Amino acid sequence: MLQQAEISPEKIEQDRLYRDMGLTDEEFQSVKNILGRQPNFTETGIFSVMWSEHCSYKTSKPLLRKFPTEGPHVLQGPGEGAGIVDIGDDKAVVFKIESHNHPSAVEPYQGAATGVGGIIRDVFSMGARPIALLNSLRFGNLTTPRVKYLLEEVVHGIAGYGNCVGVPTVGGEIQFDDSYEGNPLVNAMCVGLIDQKDIQKGIAAGVGNTVIYAGAPTGRDGIHGATFASEDLSEESESKRPSVQVGDPFMEKLLIEACLEVIQHEALVGIQDMGAAGLTSSASEMASKAGMGMEMNLDLVPQREQHMTPYELMLSESQERMLLVVKKGQEQGIIEVFEKYGLQAVAVGTVTDDKQFRLLHHGEVAAEIPVDSLAEDAPVYYKESKVPGYYTEFQTIDYTPAVMNHAAMLKQLLQQPTIASKEYVYDQYDSMVGASTVVAPGSDAAIVRVRGTEKAIAMTTDCNSRYIYLDPETGGKIAVAEAARNIISSGAKPLALTDGLNFGNPDKPENFWQMEKSVDGMSAACLALETPVISGNVSLYNESNQQAIFPTPIVGMVGLVENLAHVTTSQFKQAGDAIYLLGETKAEFGGSELQNVLEGRYYGKAPAIDLDVEASNQQAVLASIQQGFVASAHDLAEGGLGVALAESLFGTELGAKVTIDGDVTAALFSESQSRFLLTVSSENQAAFEQAVPGAKQIGLVTEEAELAVEQDGQSIISEAVPTLEALWKGAIPCLLKSKA
Amino acid sequence: MKFAVIVFPGSNCDRDMYHAVKDGLGEEVDLVWYENANLADYDAILLPGGFSYGDYLRSGAIASVSNVLNQIKLKAEAGTPVLGVCNGFQILLETGLLPGAMLRNEKLKFMCHYETLVVERDDTMFTSGYEKGQQIQIPIAHGEGNYYCDDATLEELKQNNQIVFTYKNNPNGSRFDIAGIVNKAGNVLGMMPHPERAVEDLLGSSDGLAMFQSVLQHWREMYVTTS
Repeated sequence: MLQQAEISPEKIEQDRLYRDMGLTDEEFQSVKNILGRQPNFTETGIFSVMWSEHCSYKTSKPLLRKFPTEGPHVLQGPGEGAGIVDIGDDKAVVFKIESHNHPSAVEPYQGAATGVGGIIRDVFSMGARPIALLNSLRFGNLTTPRVKYLLEEVVHGIAGYGNCVGVPTVGGEIQFDDSYEGNPLVNAMCVGLIDQKDIQKGIAAGVGNTVIYAGAPTGRDGIHGATFASEDLSEESESKRPSVQVGDPFMEKLLIEACLEVIQHEALVGIQDMGAAGLTSSASEMASKAGMGMEMNLDLVPQREQHMTPYELMLSESQERMLLVVKKGQEQGIIEVFEKYGLQAVAVGTVTDDKQFRLLHHGEVAAEIPVDSLAEDAPVYYKESKVPGYYTEFQTIDYTPAVMNHAAMLKQLLQQPTIASKEYVYDQYDSMVGASTVVAPGSDAAIVRVRGTEKAIAMTTDCNSRYIYLDPETGGKIAVAEAARNIISSGAKPLALTDGLNFGNPDKPENFWQMEKSVDGMSAACLALETPVISGNVSLYNESNQQAIFPTPIVGMVGLVENLAHVTTSQFKQAGDAIYLLGETKAEFGGSELQNVLEGRYYGKAPAIDLDVEASNQQAVLASIQQGFVASAHDLAEGGLGVALAESLFGTELGAKVTIDGDVTAALFSESQSRFLLTVSSENQAAFEQAVPGAKQIGLVTEEAELAVEQDGQSIISEAVPTLEALWKGAIPCLLKSKA
Repeated sequence: MKFAVIVFPGSNCDRDMYHAVKDGLGEEVDLVWYENANLADYDAILLPGGFSYGDYLRSGAIASVSNVLNQIKLKAEAGTPVLGVCNGFQILLETGLLPGAMLRNEKLKFMCHYETLVVERDDTMFTSGYEKGQQIQIPIAHGEGNYYCDDATLEELKQNNQIVFTYKNNPNGSRFDIAGIVNKAGNVLGMMPHPERAVEDLLGSSDGLAMFQSVLQHWREMYVTTS
């Protein structure tokens, strides 16, 4: 794509070569104004990556400002490598989600693997030990060989990296819809644990202090990756395979251990990973945040290949690299820590007070840029927003499904890939390394205990993009509420969230409207449920062949289990326990899995959500769990009560006998919000009913492994649980094997 | 009793092993970095799981030629208990302390879940706390745990009673359902499943604790009779 030989500044402007790097004509003029001259090739590249959407959030910034980001527990909000939340005992959790969609679309193994590697570095660069990984994946329907290949390779990539680096992958979610066929989503989340005294920041403070480069040498991989991530996918994307980085989890494991040792060293001033835009962003951001400048000699940067140009060195996204600022004169102690792990650590520059970002190469100044201009002078765009025609139309439609055989429909729903067991996927992840995984993949939220305390961390990723497509504001509220419901069901109090915003091309007003409205919805739910946004990532231009993905703002939420005795799972526990349903069921099928089965598309209204009701139901459930009244808890989601009942029986040898009233289809398959399925032992029933007066008993857990649903004495469903479980477990392996 | 957990670059179950001994068993334990290690004072050597040297070349191959293995071989010859789990087992195979080799799992995928193991011997220093035929729940987490050996070696393993654990439902294609074997002397045990992940009911199983207790019990008996 871009030539390696240095092209003259005049030619860059004359031939508008900056456009190839992603800068607009106006942006190029701003660069000229900032520098007071034409930028050279390297400088043009540096501005183009720092001002790409991926690094500057130039399009999403006006929206991100709407998120509530503060709370009594928040120690670090958005702006650093990852957000931090206080969990008491002088400890804190550090977490963030990040997308790697475009790389995964063209090179799924490495795309997914380096997504995992990048998010782990964001967490340990804050000084935290990574204790858990989660992911959120979106693919097309499993009917084409390409989609199957993408799923298999993305999962291999996540497993290949996460397993080797020794951080357990404890949870995640996958949805399948046609809109993701050409543009899958791969979002990875990492959660770390830290003693509050060890919290680090990525700052380059102290004039004369030394800048140290540590980790893998720089190669020509991933050059301009951040720009690649900021444009639509097309037929030509295949040619951007060289923009995809290659990961080495072994190197990352060494880097984790070395960095966690280094943060205990008093000579360390600041530390940051080299992620998107590599050396450029880490160095300039560290200097800018400290109000300082930086001078680096690129000849000293460890290099994997010969004759690398300043442009390549600055824009490479080679993996497993860190940048440190260390007190002058105390470099050796730090370097020795890295050497113990067989890692290179080299002094490459100094902190200056002239606020300039100056790069030397072969004795010449290769670039000189006012450092604040890279982070602070990036343009901010207020995009045009327009209500899409489909939305107005959908608001007038009341979709009513016709289901003849409810037992057959339940079986069908259990085999839908979005609902079916994901065991095929998560069995490939080491979910137990660290010997702290209390609740492994498969329940509503994963739980990892905090050694040395009675506490544990609950975590989940969630986003039903079908609702958001139908109605972004309501869908945005639901995304946050459902994540919180998962956390509550596990016995934890939701603390905060990280958002992984995945949308189409924001230049299309209808797409921008979706972004705007879903952020409004999410913000409202964050306020109502007291879960501020403490970190996140924006991925735009998720389109293939002019078709945008469903708007997919993924919520990664973390909660605190105050006492291990509160840990609760969705599985029914013993025969004789009473089954309760909390929350009102209405006939709501827009965006439901039932609609997908019957119609093959989504239309009508999204389920309604009242955030006051949501908050009060959540509080009631958590309080009754904490008081020990609840044996099992499960959030009702895709497939409604029917699917939730079946899921709660899988993995047990129990059955359930349930009586429903009203419209059978709505009772079983509506996806009304704010609902929980709870079981309570007979001795706790009285106390539970007093604590949660809104909960209605609908049946009993039974000894015989049968799911029996009846109305007015008439049997509606009567199925052996092992039969249902076999269908649910077999669906995804079967789809992957079948020849489409 | 004092245990050493040997840490190679890329080991990642080292701290789990450490906690199993310290918190589960309640005995003294150190994490010992592979370079310049001095193992003289240790009563048992634990080789943890993970991806030593990134599994490059072959799983366990590079770690098996590090200097610390020479010391471990001498300790093994002197009768010190040596336990290799997962990558630790792979290292023991590469050094020749145990016979056989590992292939990739039959289905060519990494797998992580609980498996039921059958205790084939209850008379080793690692398994005296179990009963022969007992079924225990221990997690596996590996991509190359498909144990292979030739017919003559398998015959020898059987003759010498070296098969300590088998899988009830073979998950990976291992020959003769083998999950763990000892050397002829009975003081070097290699196994793919992770007993150190199964020492607390909180995490789903404490069936692995008896293995560490057996080693401690053996040491106490030795200590009492020799001092």
